[in-house]
Amino acid sequence: MNEQDTPTTGTEVAHTDGHGDAVRLDQGHVVGSGGIPERFANPGLPAHVPRMADLAEAAARRAEKQVATLFGISILSTLLFLVLYFAIDVTQTVFIPGIGTTSASNVALGLTLAFSMLGIGLGAVHWAKTLMPDEEVVEERHPMASSEADRREVVRVLAEEGGSSQITRRPLIKYTLGGALGLFAVPLVVQVAGSLGEMPQKSLSLTWWHGGPSGPGEEPEFRPLRLMKDPENTPIKASDVTIGSVFHVMPEGLLPDPETGEGGADHLLEEKAKAAVLLMRLDPAVIESQKELDWGYQGIVAYSKICTHVGCPVGLYEQQTHHLLCPCHQSTFDVTQDCRVIFGPAKRALPQLKITVDDEGYLVSAQPFREAVGPSFWERG
Amino acid sequence: MNALAARRRHPAAIAILLMIGLFLTGAAYAAVAPKPADATTKALPAQSVEEGKSLFRANCASCHGLNAEGRATGNGDKIAGPPLAGVGAAAVDFQVGTGRMPMTAPGIQAARADDVVFTQEQIDALAAYVASLAPGPAVPSEEAVDPTKGNPAFGGELFRVNCAMCHNFAGSGGALTRGKYAPSLRDVSGKHIYEAMQTGPQSMPVFSDTNITPENKRDIIAFLDTLDSQENPGGMTLGSLGPVTEGLFAWVFGLGIFIAIAIWLGAKAA
Amino acid sequence: MSTTSHDPRPADALRDGDTARHAAPSTAVRKVGGFAGWVDDRTGAAKPVGYLMKKVFPDHWSFMLGEIAMYSMIICLVTGAFLTFWFVPSAGHTVYDGSYVPLRGVGMSEAYASSLNISFDIKGGLIIRQIHHWAALMFVVALVVHMFRVFFTGAFRKPREINWVIGSVLALLAIVEGFAGYSLPDDLLSGTGIRAMAGFVQTAPVIGTYLVYGIFGGPFPGEMIIPRLYSAHVLLIPAILVGLFIAHVGLVALQKHTQYPGPGRTNNNVVGYPVMPVYAAKAGGFFFIVFGVIALISALVQINPIWGYGPYDPSPVTAGSQPDWYMGFADGALRLLPGWLEFTVFGYTISANIFPGALILLPLVYIVLGVYPFLERWVTGDDREHHLLQRPRNAPVRTGIGMAGITAYTILMFAGGNDILAIKLGMSINDLTWFFRIGFFVLPPLVFWVTKRVCLSLQRRDREQVLHGRESGTIIRTPDGRFFERHEAELPEDQWILVQHEAVAPLELEPAVDEHGVARPAARGDRLRAAVSRFYFRDAVNPVTPAELAAAHHHGEETEAIEGGEPAEQLESPEAASRR
Repeated sequence: MNEQDTPTTGTEVAHTDGHGDAVRLDQGHVVGSGGIPERFANPGLPAHVPRMADLAEAAARRAEKQVATLFGISILSTLLFLVLYFAIDVTQTVFIPGIGTTSASNVALGLTLAFSMLGIGLGAVHWAKTLMPDEEVVEERHPMASSEADRREVVRVLAEEGGSSQITRRPLIKYTLGGALGLFAVPLVVQVAGSLGEMPQKSLSLTWWHGGPSGPGEEPEFRPLRLMKDPENTPIKASDVTIGSVFHVMPEGLLPDPETGEGGADHLLEEKAKAAVLLMRLDPAVIESQKELDWGYQGIVAYSKICTHVGCPVGLYEQQTHHLLCPCHQSTFDVTQDCRVIFGPAKRALPQLKITVDDEGYLVSAQPFREAVGPSFWERG
Repeated sequence: MNALAARRRHPAAIAILLMIGLFLTGAAYAAVAPKPADATTKALPAQSVEEGKSLFRANCASCHGLNAEGRATGNGDKIAGPPLAGVGAAAVDFQVGTGRMPMTAPGIQAARADDVVFTQEQIDALAAYVASLAPGPAVPSEEAVDPTKGNPAFGGELFRVNCAMCHNFAGSGGALTRGKYAPSLRDVSGKHIYEAMQTGPQSMPVFSDTNITPENKRDIIAFLDTLDSQENPGGMTLGSLGPVTEGLFAWVFGLGIFIAIAIWLGAKAA
Repeated sequence: MSTTSHDPRPADALRDGDTARHAAPSTAVRKVGGFAGWVDDRTGAAKPVGYLMKKVFPDHWSFMLGEIAMYSMIICLVTGAFLTFWFVPSAGHTVYDGSYVPLRGVGMSEAYASSLNISFDIKGGLIIRQIHHWAALMFVVALVVHMFRVFFTGAFRKPREINWVIGSVLALLAIVEGFAGYSLPDDLLSGTGIRAMAGFVQTAPVIGTYLVYGIFGGPFPGEMIIPRLYSAHVLLIPAILVGLFIAHVGLVALQKHTQYPGPGRTNNNVVGYPVMPVYAAKAGGFFFIVFGVIALISALVQINPIWGYGPYDPSPVTAGSQPDWYMGFADGALRLLPGWLEFTVFGYTISANIFPGALILLPLVYIVLGVYPFLERWVTGDDREHHLLQRPRNAPVRTGIGMAGITAYTILMFAGGNDILAIKLGMSINDLTWFFRIGFFVLPPLVFWVTKRVCLSLQRRDREQVLHGRESGTIIRTPDGRFFERHEAELPEDQWILVQHEAVAPLELEPAVDEHGVARPAARGDRLRAAVSRFYFRDAVNPVTPAELAAAHHHGEETEAIEGGEPAEQLESPEAASRR
């Protein structure tokens, strides 16, 4: 009657059987007595209710037609797919209400493919539901565990037959085998791990603003670099930067010529990923940090555009509140307070680039970044 | 420009500025007129300025002050509005022309509205009046905002560097701090796009002609025009908001359809 | 093999068992038997195949969730193989010259250019790409919901713990696989994703910089990451994924499918349809349905318009830079962790605001999931095999824990889309972030409590229904003017569902000293175990026993006075009376 086996309790902790004192009708137990069983009995499989198709041949024939129709739709769709594949040019567009103008071949091929599949699938399931036998079948389960004899045999083979290799009696073999098996993968791991790529050295703390290429093993020598507009690659005069404006800036020599694509850094994206700078002009009166004023030029300030959180470009400058927002994780920096973090997951302020103007009135860097730009790392200090 | 801006905070300067402004406007326009992107070529008739002034007093003065001198803070029943001398005709044409001004109620941000309160003539008159207060960016010429004359590919590059971080890759808009937002750029006229870059409305920074040249502004307009006119090759765009709406669609519609079919599949046939 | 003959046999001689078969009796059987017989002669497959064809699978819509995941994965494998024919996994620089006008003349990687070609210049390429991406999203959606079903019905209990662990590893691999694929087209969005990945790998304590330079083969982004991700995406992870998936399905076949409780369904049988023909038609048909629906979605709904994002460049970024939804919870955790968690010790930076969300959370979620069956087994001390599923209400604490976990996960996932929520709901991103930060700690316990209470109430209602029958809706007026509603006793089949589950009670602590007064060494561990067991089963509402039902009927008058019913005898249907 009880279909679950009796619980095997842990050795130290016992089950209570729930035969407590308090008896409430909604919660609790009545002590079984007087021949009443402790649990209800499973009433067994309910009687099979025949379907319409089982009872009337007409219904079965209707189901047959439905299934055949679905399969027919599939065949037609497949043929249509083939026709449309050759008939529709890949650049052709079509207007569909509710979707807009879209690629004709995408819609046509997608829909015919879909109906080709759906016809088969829906047909097969409908067939199974209406015409295939719907009487449920019972299959018995057997315990997952092998028989006790089989288990003993495995243990015996392991211990005795395995023992016949004499591994337990020959410690020299045992330990050298263990050592060999333990070590054989090391060369493979070392090969992969050791050859993955260059190691950082100082490159994470350097940028193009240090004077040029800043990859691993390179030690650029500082020279003032003009601030160039990204992507036009033209220098910026201090007078060009009006209050409230924002310039996306790269250092001189990094970007290739926008017309010809010539020149620029050898490792363009790698250098861009560290050197990107945002240039803003604020009313000097609203800037609260003296260092920020000193490192800027008449209220023009340049900050690294690479977020100190995980390195997204912090480009969202609100010119009224002077907040810089990172679109990836919403770290917010206050430009009036030396780009201190005022909200979000970043910890450190954006590094400021000290700027001045050269003889021709163009903005140039006065010194490289004084700290590593971008996300934190262990040995950053 | 900067020195001018600093002085205009001084109340005493207003009257003088008004006079100088009126005088300079014509001269400034004459000076920049050859650049098609920078100024309107049509002269400002005097009655247009007068009409604009009366319109301004009736509709704008409660926030911006009787003479557009601005109100710094919103104390009591007063509503804050910035001073308008020097913002130029472009700012007026943008703010009023997109329905952002007059604001019906003070809010975090003036929203674009479909029902523009004024006719284009009235907006021109208002713009003429504000432009008469002090020189500022003018409404761009039609040629300056003609998308067919721009280079959409380079405009796209400029857009991704300068605009996409706030307005999203497809110009669908995005969130800023504390409830502010960058609005959608879809179906905004090229003229208003140009004016917004020129004047930096609300949270938006200014992209002056030295930052993004008039030709490059037209490239950006051309790029946005391709977004508006261009098809969505893959089908419904789900708002062009990126993976969030795609994931939502997968959960709601994808899973919904599958579960409905699974229930049909498991149900006994009649 | 016969061992009676001691004659040495030549190498090409027939063995004793190698005799010709008799011809099959009927033409139909002969037709099928021809080829099958040919195969069986060489493999002996008839027995296992025959066994598999007669295998019984129970029918329930929730058992299809795993199949959706399985089929979506197969669709991804097929379409993914197609995409490799055209995709160029290279970061090499090229200038686009294809048919998408707004990007003509723009410099980009070959990977991005080839993705554009797939979308615009290869006939049907876009539909294959969209099917691949939609199927990937649906794969993980279905996998997660399948996991919910297994968890809430207790299907992970013995003997299926191994399969639950395999499933957890599959779930983790699936999202890693998805992230690798998301990163391949090298558009601005996927590149920003890799940028963030580089950023948070770099923050790993001690080894971060070496790790990130190792992964990227030098400074970010380098030219190695695309080929390496490609290798991981099309070779390494799919191989493990498919291997584990075969083990997963093989174990289901070996252990036989679980089934919901019901009349005739016991722990020792499985009731359903045999593979041949019903289940084969349904499951086989369902593959085509899943493929069809995904193709339908892909025909009508655009996914990941890479052409709009433009090529990757570290300087630009787009608003709404999110990973695909299944990575959303990790991205959300990154958004919620406050910056002050980063600190510096002895000149070394520890970014506790980044690596817990990005590097620890992901494996942690799946480790916790994988460990749960063993925790529950320790709490219940239940070492029996379970093949009957539990109704979620009958395991209120587990259901509550599951719902609390889902709540925490969902909060992180929604936090990953907080900027989109902000513009769509007109809310402040800062307020939303704070709501999620607080909600992450407050809502899961609240949801746990509510869920548990709801489960207990549902169990009580089940008891009520058994004890007092179903409200029939028939109102009876007694001669003295009082009104009663007639209650009808449950049919045995309906009643069985409400009473089939086992009564549970907390484990009880044995005395800390045994009968000889000697302290038991395990007493402390037992106390913890007993405490957790109390937490699980203290409020247990147990099923009605036959004795309780008899008592309820016997004390009919009192009970019915509360219930406003009639004398017990009138309540009973003839069957119920005869059963008693």
